[in-house]
Amino acid sequence: MINFFIMTSIIILCLVFLCLYRAAFGPGVLNRIIAVNVIGTKTIVVILFMGLIFKRVDMFIDISIVYALMNFIATLTFSKYSRTKGVL
Amino acid sequence: MYIVSMFFIICGTFFLFAGTIGLLRLPDFYTRMHATGKCDTLGSILILFGMTFYLGPSLESIKIILIMVFVFLTSPTATHSIGKAAFDNKLPLWTKEKKNDLAT
Repeated sequence: MINFFIMTSIIILCLVFLCLYRAAFGPGVLNRIIAVNVIGTKTIVVILFMGLIFKRVDMFIDISIVYALMNFIATLTFSKYSRTKGVL
Repeated sequence: MYIVSMFFIICGTFFLFAGTIGLLRLPDFYTRMHATGKCDTLGSILILFGMTFYLGPSLESIKIILIMVFVFLTSPTATHSIGKAAFDNKLPLWTKEKKNDLAT
């Protein structure tokens, strides 16, 4: 089961690198914001997989909750700034 | 119980893969948002649900279900906010009609 978790984590990290293309070269600010949001959602899952692999789930769950909160707040702040200032 | 957990995790990984392909391949900002906003939420929720089956009834499972509820609430909210920002700034929509550059 641990090997299965490691394999799934590696697959999700490859998906993160694919998303990084859109975050680096995407036309405009909004494409980059949405790519960073997707990477954050994948990171929550990868952090929980790390907890399952190292058998310290009780510690990694709290880190994951904090990461989800930070991801949400960052996306809302960027979109609000982009809406009021008219930056595209 | 491990079989059920592996099934849910594989389904969630498939949905994350589909969302990433949509983010890379679709032609417009709105269509990319349409791909990621749904596939990412569903994929992460399925993976976390599989993890609760692996852990069994414990405090960690309750916390993971709490993360599931949080992701289910906040991810569509963030997507809606970005879409509203794009629409208020009049980002042009993608249309299917092709522009003919050689026509006089």
